[in-house]
Amino acid sequence: MKKPPNNHRHHIRWPALVAAAVKLLLIPVYRSTDFEVHRHWLALTHSLPLSQWYSDTTSPWTLDYPPFFAYFEKFLSLFASRVDPTITHLHNGLNYASPLTILFQRLSVVISDVVLVYSVFRLGKNGNFSKLERFLMWVLVIWSPGLFIVDHMHFQYNGFLLGWLLLSISCLEEGRDLIGGFVFAVLLCFKHLFAVAAPVYFVYLFRHYCRGGLVKGFGRLVLMGSAVLAVFAAAYGPFLYYGQIQVVLRRMFPFGRGLCHAYWAPNFWVFYIILDKFLSFFLAKLGFDIQAPKASFTGGLVGDSSPFAVLPTITPLITFITVLLAISPCLVKAWRNPQPRMVSRWVSYAYTCGFLFGWHVHEKASLHFVIPLSATALKSTEDAKHYFYLSIVSCYSLFPLLFEAQEYPIKVVFLLLHAVLMFFGFSSRFPGTSAATASTALKGTDNNKLETHAFHIGWFGKSYLFGLLVVEIWGQFLHPIVFGDRFPFLPLMMISIYCALGMMYSWFWQLKQITLTH
Amino acid sequence: MEEKRKKKSGPIKSAIESESDVDTKLWSFITTRSTKSWFLCISLFALLIRLAVALHPYSGANTPPKFGDFEAQRHWMEITLNLPVKEWYRNSTANDLSYWGLDYPPLTAYQSYFHGILLKLFDPASVSLFASRGYESYLGKLLMRWTVLMSDLMIFFPAVLYFVTVYYSGKSTKDKSGMVWHTTMILLNPCLILIDHGHFQYNCISLGLTTAAVAAILSDRDLVGSMLFSLALNHKQMSAYYAPAFFAYLLGKCLRNKNPIIDVLKLGLVVLGTFAVVWWPYLYSMDASLEVLFRLAPFERGIYEDYVANFWCTTSVVLKWKRLFTTQSLKLLSLAATVSTCLPSMVQLIWSPTKHGFIHGLLNCSFSFYLFSFQVHEKSILLPLLPASFLALDEPFVFEWLIYNALLSMFPLLRRDKLVLAYTAIYGLFILLYHAPSGKKDTSKTNRFFSILKLFALACSLFLHVIYMTITPPDKYPYLVEAIIMIFCFSQFVLVLIYSNRKQWALFNTSTQVDTKKKSL
Repeated sequence: MKKPPNNHRHHIRWPALVAAAVKLLLIPVYRSTDFEVHRHWLALTHSLPLSQWYSDTTSPWTLDYPPFFAYFEKFLSLFASRVDPTITHLHNGLNYASPLTILFQRLSVVISDVVLVYSVFRLGKNGNFSKLERFLMWVLVIWSPGLFIVDHMHFQYNGFLLGWLLLSISCLEEGRDLIGGFVFAVLLCFKHLFAVAAPVYFVYLFRHYCRGGLVKGFGRLVLMGSAVLAVFAAAYGPFLYYGQIQVVLRRMFPFGRGLCHAYWAPNFWVFYIILDKFLSFFLAKLGFDIQAPKASFTGGLVGDSSPFAVLPTITPLITFITVLLAISPCLVKAWRNPQPRMVSRWVSYAYTCGFLFGWHVHEKASLHFVIPLSATALKSTEDAKHYFYLSIVSCYSLFPLLFEAQEYPIKVVFLLLHAVLMFFGFSSRFPGTSAATASTALKGTDNNKLETHAFHIGWFGKSYLFGLLVVEIWGQFLHPIVFGDRFPFLPLMMISIYCALGMMYSWFWQLKQITLTH
Repeated sequence: MEEKRKKKSGPIKSAIESESDVDTKLWSFITTRSTKSWFLCISLFALLIRLAVALHPYSGANTPPKFGDFEAQRHWMEITLNLPVKEWYRNSTANDLSYWGLDYPPLTAYQSYFHGILLKLFDPASVSLFASRGYESYLGKLLMRWTVLMSDLMIFFPAVLYFVTVYYSGKSTKDKSGMVWHTTMILLNPCLILIDHGHFQYNCISLGLTTAAVAAILSDRDLVGSMLFSLALNHKQMSAYYAPAFFAYLLGKCLRNKNPIIDVLKLGLVVLGTFAVVWWPYLYSMDASLEVLFRLAPFERGIYEDYVANFWCTTSVVLKWKRLFTTQSLKLLSLAATVSTCLPSMVQLIWSPTKHGFIHGLLNCSFSFYLFSFQVHEKSILLPLLPASFLALDEPFVFEWLIYNALLSMFPLLRRDKLVLAYTAIYGLFILLYHAPSGKKDTSKTNRFFSILKLFALACSLFLHVIYMTITPPDKYPYLVEAIIMIFCFSQFVLVLIYSNRKQWALFNTSTQVDTKKKSL
């Protein structure tokens, strides 16, 4: 059989096309209001002049992504208006969801995933991967259940955006720092939430790219600075010209929202809130006069009232400082020894910190570090183990996004299939010395990396995963039987708390890994 | 077993050798595992695809007053749940047989009854007598879909696992990529998924029972096999398409035993016993049994319906069978045609009952039935497809051919069900899975003539799909494109039937050689 000269490409095509077929099958599935949000943005960018994009209030779903994403919607709207003019009609299009509209928007997500496939192909090409490892990494990203759930069911463009992130990381790993920095700047102009990793990028590029003496270093700094500035100018320039920049920024940073999202993302603040509840309960029992808080965590900050009864209130500034503090060990490392092979770890760690300590975090943001971490998941047994738990927890924490009965078995099967594939893949990659016979087929390729430790799930991991099962069974089946309609928030709260435990573990583990490696 | 292994090891060995190293290693993390492990992987994937197809519309969604197969199945649940067993097949004020009257054998009725109980538990309105006609609530639809999934998981999946373990028992276990690929082909048969989980039917039950019966017979458990096949017959009378092959193979095998008469009697008793158990509620009087029997044979519906790619429908373009002959003579004519085309395969099986020949026989007999028997539906192509998928590793070309044309032949039906999107996606998925890295043996060995023919036929197929989707036919011939599709598929099917019959007879020659060798030893 004749092989194409570059048979890696041949191998990524297969999983990518299989994923595309599954995505096509998922087109009629439940879609969230994000579908209407993106449809409205198509209409907005199509029918209004640029100067009004960020000031229009026809629909409550105002444009709150940075300009490049608006341009992207404008680009899509060119086709959308051909497919069906109503899609891009500002008023008639409101809540419009004809079968053709659904097909068009879903297809736009499927096709834009090409960016993700290309960048994960590059990541696999330049890393020191064996064939099995590369294939597994591709499968981990392309068949990621989280991306299926968020992008192709719930409806968003995360695959596209994460594609840019991985592209930037792969450039840095190849040593093409200028392009890497440029692509990251582009990503920031698509979605500003990715800015959490900006400090890491800054320190890394400053130390890795801008070196080689004062003159050369300064020259490179200027070069990098102008590349980034050019990107930002292309994005924000037109709005600056129309005097809209204030409006744009206000839309992009709505600090009027609360500390937590309606469904609490499984992060550190969950524990803070729970502690506050406990303290207020016990102090009240002890006879202290505790005022019940008037504001809620999910709503905005109203005047001076705090959503907390006992503990000090949390402001956006506090979360900002906490995130920076949490990232700082990694910044120190990047400053001292900027190594290309550590970039994906550092970037993932930064997003983990942003997820755990950030302001108004969405549960979907866990994809920002789960996806880049897959690049390092096959480096060692420890990495594989950590990734195994993390991706299961992350996927499980996305379950509440799909709350209708029809999608229930789909999300469960996605998670199970992912876990099973991961388990088999990892235990084939890390067979251990005793079980070397099982890996005779692989011996030729990764003799040099044969690990002494086999991949296995310890009793601790098993009991944590079992707990996940208990939480799910309680929330889905036992809670309605025991409590009926009372305490409807309890199942979701349990998922948040339990997943937050796993997320905290992942943060500790990554922190340890980053500080201990040389 | 011995002789089969000898024959099979040839192609498999060369297949492994011809594959490039890279390809075989890609999936080694699954294929080097135990059967249970990789089967779990494939079943989860197959389940996911079924769940995704089930999101799409079903036959007769939102189309009063008759709706479609979905409503038929739901109506059967309503009838069986609310009426006593004796009333199920009888026209009465409560059971209007003209509205989707029960016309499948009793096992289907029992299955409807059990599924009806489940539906009643969660959504009582969906199965209430009279009031539930055309009931299409969110929960009701979902529960119905889940009953199909459950049947698939509980019957078809385990049956396939049984079949694969039997089929590959005694073979080298070092590299199982061919076996894994084969299982994927059987479990992810796009036609079966589209009809059961898209269009809405329960073929997975009767086909699953048949699969289990084949597996039992391959492992020499003939009595269990006959029982399972009798159950399949009692779930869908269409399973009779396989009956000649089962009959001929088991008869041929009995004749070679010491006490052929006793063996035949044993098999006969098992079959009769199974039938008696299933038909028990209707055996109290001759009339009651006949009443049910008449419901199962809908001769009044004519020799063919719609545009099915079989002999009668295709030739009716030239010869108006329905006008030329009475139903009675058409019945005899179709019977004669079916039997005569089954006969070569049956004779071969009786003469030399080998296991490999048995599967070929299943394919040939069911195909003859599809092409020549009375009252065939487009969906009946599923029956020849099942044994074709059993042969997927040995005859990948036949299998691939058959799948593509079967999909095309069902395209008009699926388009009516608004399943074009699911059809496209699953068609693509099948092509990908069929050409999966490290899957089956290399196709480059098939000769050039075949590959050119294949390309030409695929181009025709694509062309027909596009034409059917885009062009409005002239008013005078509203079904012009359907007719062309039908004629095209029929021609392909005939080719496959001839090829597959020849293959079966070719086996005969090799097996007689083996036999003579054995005798001389």
